[in-house]
Amino acid sequence: MADDNSKTNLPPLSLHVPEPKYRPGDKVDYSDVAIPNAGEQPRPDVSSEPAIMRDMVYDMVRVLDDDYKAVGPWDPKLSDDTLLKMLKTMAQVRAFDDRLHRMQRQGKTSFYMKCTGEEATSVAAAMALHSDDMCFPSYRQQGILFVRGYPMVDMINQIFSNREDKLKGRQLPIMYCSRDLGFFSISGNLATQYPQAVGWAMASAAKGDTRIAATWCGEGSTAEGDFHSAMTFATVYNAPIIMNIVNNQWAISSFSGFAGGERTTFAARAAGYGIAGLRVDGNDPLAVYAATQWAAERARTNNGPTLIEHFTYRAEAHSTSDDPGAYRSAQEREEWPLGDPITRLKRHLIHRGVWSKEQHEALDKECIEAVKVATKEAEKNGILGHGLHQPFETMFQDVFEEMPWHLKEQSEQANKEREIKWPNTEASQ
Amino acid sequence: MTTMNMIDSINSGLDNMMTRDENVVIMGEDVGYFGGVFRATAGLQEKHGKTRCFDTPISECGIIGVAVGMAAYGMRPVPEIQFADYIYPGLDQLVSEAARLRYRSAAEFTSAITVRSPFGGGIFGGQTHSQSPESMFTHVCGLKTVIPSTPYDAKGLLISAIEDNDPVMFFEPKRIYNGPFTGYYDKPVEPWSKFEASEVPEDYYKIPIGKANIVREGDAVTVLAYGTMVHVAKAVVEEHCVDAEVIDLRTLVPLDIETIEASVKKTGRCLIIHEATRTSGFGAELSALVQERCFYHLEAPIERVTGFDTPYPHSLEWAYFPGPVRIGEALDKIVGELTS
Ligand SMILES: Cc1ncc(C[n+]2csc(CCOP(=O)(O)OP(=O)(O)O)c2C)c(N)n1
Repeated sequence: MADDNSKTNLPPLSLHVPEPKYRPGDKVDYSDVAIPNAGEQPRPDVSSEPAIMRDMVYDMVRVLDDDYKAVGPWDPKLSDDTLLKMLKTMAQVRAFDDRLHRMQRQGKTSFYMKCTGEEATSVAAAMALHSDDMCFPSYRQQGILFVRGYPMVDMINQIFSNREDKLKGRQLPIMYCSRDLGFFSISGNLATQYPQAVGWAMASAAKGDTRIAATWCGEGSTAEGDFHSAMTFATVYNAPIIMNIVNNQWAISSFSGFAGGERTTFAARAAGYGIAGLRVDGNDPLAVYAATQWAAERARTNNGPTLIEHFTYRAEAHSTSDDPGAYRSAQEREEWPLGDPITRLKRHLIHRGVWSKEQHEALDKECIEAVKVATKEAEKNGILGHGLHQPFETMFQDVFEEMPWHLKEQSEQANKEREIKWPNTEASQ
Repeated sequence: MTTMNMIDSINSGLDNMMTRDENVVIMGEDVGYFGGVFRATAGLQEKHGKTRCFDTPISECGIIGVAVGMAAYGMRPVPEIQFADYIYPGLDQLVSEAARLRYRSAAEFTSAITVRSPFGGGIFGGQTHSQSPESMFTHVCGLKTVIPSTPYDAKGLLISAIEDNDPVMFFEPKRIYNGPFTGYYDKPVEPWSKFEASEVPEDYYKIPIGKANIVREGDAVTVLAYGTMVHVAKAVVEEHCVDAEVIDLRTLVPLDIETIEASVKKTGRCLIIHEATRTSGFGAELSALVQERCFYHLEAPIERVTGFDTPYPHSLEWAYFPGPVRIGEALDKIVGELTS
């Protein structure tokens, strides 16, 4: 037993509370962010044991070099057409975000969330999957819907919660769902989709299906128990799944240190579970594509799950309810050493000789026009406004497959109240 | 027909459903090779294979979350939570996910899972193996809550639950797994084989969810109970020679309000019994409903007999248990003048 007297000279313990390096007004210095040269990372065979790729969870898979050339073993060697589609889709996502964000500011809906700077982590990833693979997204993966051809008008109807909203005005804006396109219903509760995705993948495996699952969460969300439960189940049952962590450095105002990012990488979480892990330059669309393709092939050939950390930066606010100027240096975005995914792909294509500055300017205009047209179309179906778009019965539908007596009674009451409170409004207004 | 205890009948129901529908899968801690700590899944892995009935990590959040994902794929998972006391680590997956998936996706995805879990006390399980958390789930929109009281009902209700396209909480009163229980801790449990309700067909049959069962007809008072307490209630009214109508609710959500309302209007009196803690227990809901619907027919205040508002004590569990003394007193209070 330690003697009480011996303690008198001990220094007092101190509690460590993580603190980000830069606050508003601070000058940013990214020299300590290790960014390896593109093309230098080994590409193990998809059937490799996770143990032999342990170093890769600290490394960073990169394909586009400083001259925007695609180099090294991870170069997915995509066709010009595929790359152009990727570029156009990412540009469309960005134009969509910009306009819908403004729509929220104009009071047409309650809320919006952009994925600016993170477009590659959903668009390039979704393009590397089969169209019938099942996605369990978080809330910044609208890019998947664009890749899979979901109409923008339907997305905006959902954002406006109007009478054409396929989700009947029940979900927060941007919490889309499309069974047909393999896009699982988004939950507001962080990380819950992780074990669900693993369960789906397990079911697919149990059924001898060929489809795999993919899921996404932010680095902040990896602290939730659901993340760790999912990792355990994924490794135990060798689930055919890709688990993406989009490390955009910030969880609202909390920097990644509050999820454990000060001491190790998020990809390194994989090592403890014996899962293959890759850390990827998330602003390099080719690297994201290549890593996803690798992980997908691994899953599809019964070699099990892969955890991918996409190292990226949340260029814009967390959501329309957030002001990042209040907690981080404005320089962070400007000087982010991995650049912007759209700019990098654009320059790569220009370098390849299949694209030009002029063409890109025209593309941006086209994208803006397309979302403008879609917004006008959606607005005809109403904006959030008074919230009376749906018939009141719909509030009580889908709680259960069949409506029990107590919900029928409450539905009648709601309709009675509607007649009293809003005597002259039709449900369709 | 064979004689079965409740464990056997549940096992038989699972077996039937696994045979009929290959989408039915069973998962949970120790349910596979070993067949579950209460043996409810014994032999199922051997018979149906390792991918149909398998052990899981000790992660209730994982078990329920994974089940939701499997259901989204189109399977019908029947996760077992070893004791109802351990559902809490998986609560968010039930409350925020399973219960609301149909609603939030406008029925594009559903969550046809049946969460089986032994609940209730009376086995010296201490505070972490004895809880009755049903009202936590009845308060959640989108979950159904089913509680059988006999082997026959257990199998028929379980089959309905597994076929149901909504998530169902299926609570198994572990005190009566092996035989009915009269509430006297010092009397041995009589095996189910002595009772009619242990005659269970080996084949598939269903008991509808949302229908109560009048287990004893009477005119003096309506006694509402479920699970273990149905047997305790029956024993006590018989002992006191009260002409009580005892209703086994079988399903708490959706509730068979018609049967309850008709009975209370007939008897004019109502006693509600459950083992769960009193405050905000399901009895509070029942009492409010009866009051709202039968007020002018009531001849006495509605009474509740419940567990106390304390965690389940280990050594004092028989003092906690809402047994014959507490029920007898309540009956006296309501129908005293009829018996005296
Ligand atoms: C279970 C849960 N806790 C808290 C929140 C509130 N919340 C919403 S987003 C967020 C930050 C998430 O950060 P991260 O996972 O890094 O994703 P990012 O927003 O950066 O993409 C928080 C705390 C929530 N939605 N769900």
